[in-house]
Amino acid sequence: MTALMLEGILLTIITAATPLLFASIGELVTERSGVLNLGVEGMMAMGAVIGFAVAHTTGNVALGVVGAILAGMAMAALFGVVTLIFVANQVASGLALTLFGLGLSGLIGDAFVGVPGAGLARVSIPVLSDLPVIGLLFRLDPLTYLAIAITIGVSWFLFRMRGGLILRAVGDSHTSAHALGYSVIRVRFMAVLFGGACSGLAGAYLSLVYTPQWTQAMTAGRGWIALALVVFGTWLPRRVLVGALLFGGVSILQLHAQALGVGVPSQFLSALPYLTTIVVLVIISRNRALVRANTPAALGQSFVPDR
Amino acid sequence: MRVELVRRGERSAAMAYLSPLLALLLTLIGGALIVIVWRVVAMDTSAPDSGGLFGAIQQGFADYGRFLYVFFIEPLTAMWSIEDLIAKATPIILVAIGLSFCFLSNTWNIGAEGQIAVGAITGSFLPIFFPEWQGPFILPAMLILGMLGGMAYASIPALLKIRFGTNEILTSLMLVYVAQLFLDWLARGPWRNPEGHNFPDSRPFDGDQLLPTLFGTNIRISVLFVFVAAFAAWFLMRWTKTGFQIRVLGQAPRAGAFAGFSQKRMVLLTFLISGALAGLAGASEIAGPVGQLRTTVSPGYGFTAIIVAFLGRLNPIGAIFAGFLLALSYLGGEGAQIALGMSDQTTRVFQGMLLFFVLACDSFIFYRLQIVRRPVVPQTQAVAS
Amino acid sequence: MKHILTAATAVIALTIGIGSANAADKLKACWMYVGPHNDGGYSEGHNTGRLMVEKELGDKVETSYVESIAEGPDAERALERLARSGCQIIFSTSFGFMDPTIKVAAKFPDVKFEHATGFKSAPNVGTYNARFYEGRYIAGQIAAKQSKSGVAGYIVSFPIPEVVMGINSFMLGAQSINPDFKIKVVWVNSWFDPAKEADAAKALFDQGADIITQHTDSPAPLQIAQERGLHGFGQAHDMYKFAPKAQYTAIVDTWGPYYVKRVNAVLDGTWKAEQIWDGLKDGIMEMADYTNLPDDVVASAKKTQAEIEAGTLHPFKGPIFKQDGTEAIGEGKVLDDGTLLSMNWYVKGIDDQLPK
Repeated sequence: MTALMLEGILLTIITAATPLLFASIGELVTERSGVLNLGVEGMMAMGAVIGFAVAHTTGNVALGVVGAILAGMAMAALFGVVTLIFVANQVASGLALTLFGLGLSGLIGDAFVGVPGAGLARVSIPVLSDLPVIGLLFRLDPLTYLAIAITIGVSWFLFRMRGGLILRAVGDSHTSAHALGYSVIRVRFMAVLFGGACSGLAGAYLSLVYTPQWTQAMTAGRGWIALALVVFGTWLPRRVLVGALLFGGVSILQLHAQALGVGVPSQFLSALPYLTTIVVLVIISRNRALVRANTPAALGQSFVPDR
Repeated sequence: MRVELVRRGERSAAMAYLSPLLALLLTLIGGALIVIVWRVVAMDTSAPDSGGLFGAIQQGFADYGRFLYVFFIEPLTAMWSIEDLIAKATPIILVAIGLSFCFLSNTWNIGAEGQIAVGAITGSFLPIFFPEWQGPFILPAMLILGMLGGMAYASIPALLKIRFGTNEILTSLMLVYVAQLFLDWLARGPWRNPEGHNFPDSRPFDGDQLLPTLFGTNIRISVLFVFVAAFAAWFLMRWTKTGFQIRVLGQAPRAGAFAGFSQKRMVLLTFLISGALAGLAGASEIAGPVGQLRTTVSPGYGFTAIIVAFLGRLNPIGAIFAGFLLALSYLGGEGAQIALGMSDQTTRVFQGMLLFFVLACDSFIFYRLQIVRRPVVPQTQAVAS
Repeated sequence: MKHILTAATAVIALTIGIGSANAADKLKACWMYVGPHNDGGYSEGHNTGRLMVEKELGDKVETSYVESIAEGPDAERALERLARSGCQIIFSTSFGFMDPTIKVAAKFPDVKFEHATGFKSAPNVGTYNARFYEGRYIAGQIAAKQSKSGVAGYIVSFPIPEVVMGINSFMLGAQSINPDFKIKVVWVNSWFDPAKEADAAKALFDQGADIITQHTDSPAPLQIAQERGLHGFGQAHDMYKFAPKAQYTAIVDTWGPYYVKRVNAVLDGTWKAEQIWDGLKDGIMEMADYTNLPDDVVASAKKTQAEIEAGTLHPFKGPIFKQDGTEAIGEGKVLDDGTLLSMNWYVKGIDDQLPK
């Protein structure tokens, strides 16, 4: 295995991990506020189609990315209204959002199937990108840098800023947070919107960078993986980052194993990422102390202020 | 001044019946908006006979009327179509009845699709390995094996949840992909029909290995399982202590715990029930409409059943009505493609909207809208430090 | 009761303008697709053919389609729905629709059915298929001439005979130029998953392949080839616009002329069930323009194509040896269609193990 090949594999893994990172960091913030939004897949699909449509129509990829963020937020707002204002069940509403998003994206995207997209070029940071080995970390596409920046930013926000403290307080005990005078609904709504924006970005990454094209259901279950990664990372951004890389790694390496001719049925290799996720989820959840310290205690519970 | 939700003194019986209808109405309105917006967006204003914005809206209404007819009414106008409806609704309702138990007790089995696949696999075991076996016992044995398979597979997320506290939503969902890939491997590999020109299907089942049909129609007796299961489920929920425990643990877990009800036992029990019914649905498909083991057995019944369970307000009898409505939307969706050339995605959009509105409207059972003239929330003084 | 229902239906139908009055003198031709009509791949190929029928036959026909139909009970139901909605000829375009087509056709003896890529037929069920392996042989030759590393990557969906036949034909083409040519095979378990196909292409390039070919439908692998300055072949469609610097050629499905021919046969009453397996010479498929290639390679590809069309060259002409070294067919003989259509073995020189 040459250094060049290793670098190629690492780059591929980072690319595979980026959409997962976007979506799971967004969901992490949503869940930290106590809301479980299972509609990531639907928000991603909408982000992918709107991102592609805007980029293709205007010829401006940056505008496409903005469009994707707005599309994700619009979907999230729908979810927010239903679950936070109408206090509907979050699990079922999330599933509805997925269904709705996949369907609507298919309808909207009808005109954009089979159209080549623009794509985003990689950005090499001078000097740093010439470094041996770690140089590849400075030759990524702009959205991957953004994903890393968001991860660091979220980590900083959650544990170093007052806003993050309020967010976590709302997620851990909405009644106490309410008693302290915080608007639980408003905080949660913002967290849901942030999650939607990130899912939209994840979708845009798929349709503008990963494979610059739009096709129906091109998210192919990545939204669900992102949800699993949040638990996997015990609601900590840095662990989610590791999880995204690990998952991306397993799904890429199984393809390499096939190309090398390992002789294991490809279905088993394709199942590997899912089995890995289950195993890791079990290992993580066995460690009760770790989980309890970080799980938002009010996750999935609706809040209606009594007055 | 703003509008707020206020908790009702007690559950509104009227709203419990009205809310699904209200949701349906809102879905129809939402659908109209989408179709009309579509017309307006696609409007070709340069064309001389376009009729402008008004013409587009009018055209949208006409389209929508035709669409509603093809979607909701036409499938009910012929016997063969009704038979199709029953065949399509059967597996969905079976699964939804089982899921109602889970969701009522606040456990989340999202993996019924995988349990259907496993039920189909275990249900196929006998006719694949003993193709000559006929007689009165083969079919019941297949169905029971299917149920056991579904139960065993559903017990994995349940046991992981009980033993390690692992999130069952995610494990049950991941297991769907695993089961589907395993089924794919079986159908293409070891269980492939040796006389099938290397095409990826098992040998076709025949004779007593297939579910009989009723009164010379295309309806298979599996439709009776639906009614048996619905009645049994209704009885279990309404009249037994277990049913009471499920409901208490779902609505007020702490109260349930004080009363000495075991949350863990309920998780396992509800997963086993839903797994058994999903497995039965899988086995009924391979012994019924499919007639062999294929690389995919269910086109998403396990996920559709989640909508059906909620639409039927987690009530087994409700699930029957909801199941037929959803099955209707599939048939109608196909009809709309043939007659009007509409995309199959329309069906999904409708299902998603319907579920959204049902969930939102359910709030009115326990809450009512009230107009508030001034903000009630006290201004923030306290600071969390 | 039944009459009331029928009457009510008629009234509703009249008020909102649904009727079959205008369709009476037109032939209704219908299609059933396994994927979305605009999947950019296989199903879109058939839909393009349907649009050609509409264009060529104009007022004489009316067409309809159903899309994204799962193989199994849904297929049977959708076919029945098509038959009952007045379709006079129905093209069911996926091999998994085979048994449903046979079942429904038995119920509707007056409706004509044509099933793509299957092997079962009936008095009112014809089958049709294209000899895509002819194109893959040409691609194999080009790959062997153009590859510097002597290794091509092959992205595949599922191990069915059609796919295995394609891999073998590609390899035989390559071996006719370079007997030591190698291919690396990756199964992605999907006909269409752009991101996964892209990942597979990257993995194959990272492992030393410098040419990519595929039996999956998305242009993603070619996009990756372009990104890396490498090359490959389009599948089902001319994918030139997705990767103008990377595509050598593409094996393009052109079902249109065939559909026009068959619908015309229904119109003039000469249709009968046939088992048709057409090739390059019949126009059911074609090679996209040869691009990004030196002149001599283009010339030799065109020569091979001409020989295949003339019938002087058959990709599966013996001697052919299986992977384990046993002889599949002797000198001078050609593998028969039955063997090709149920192929489940690799030719010698392929290192991958065929999933069993």
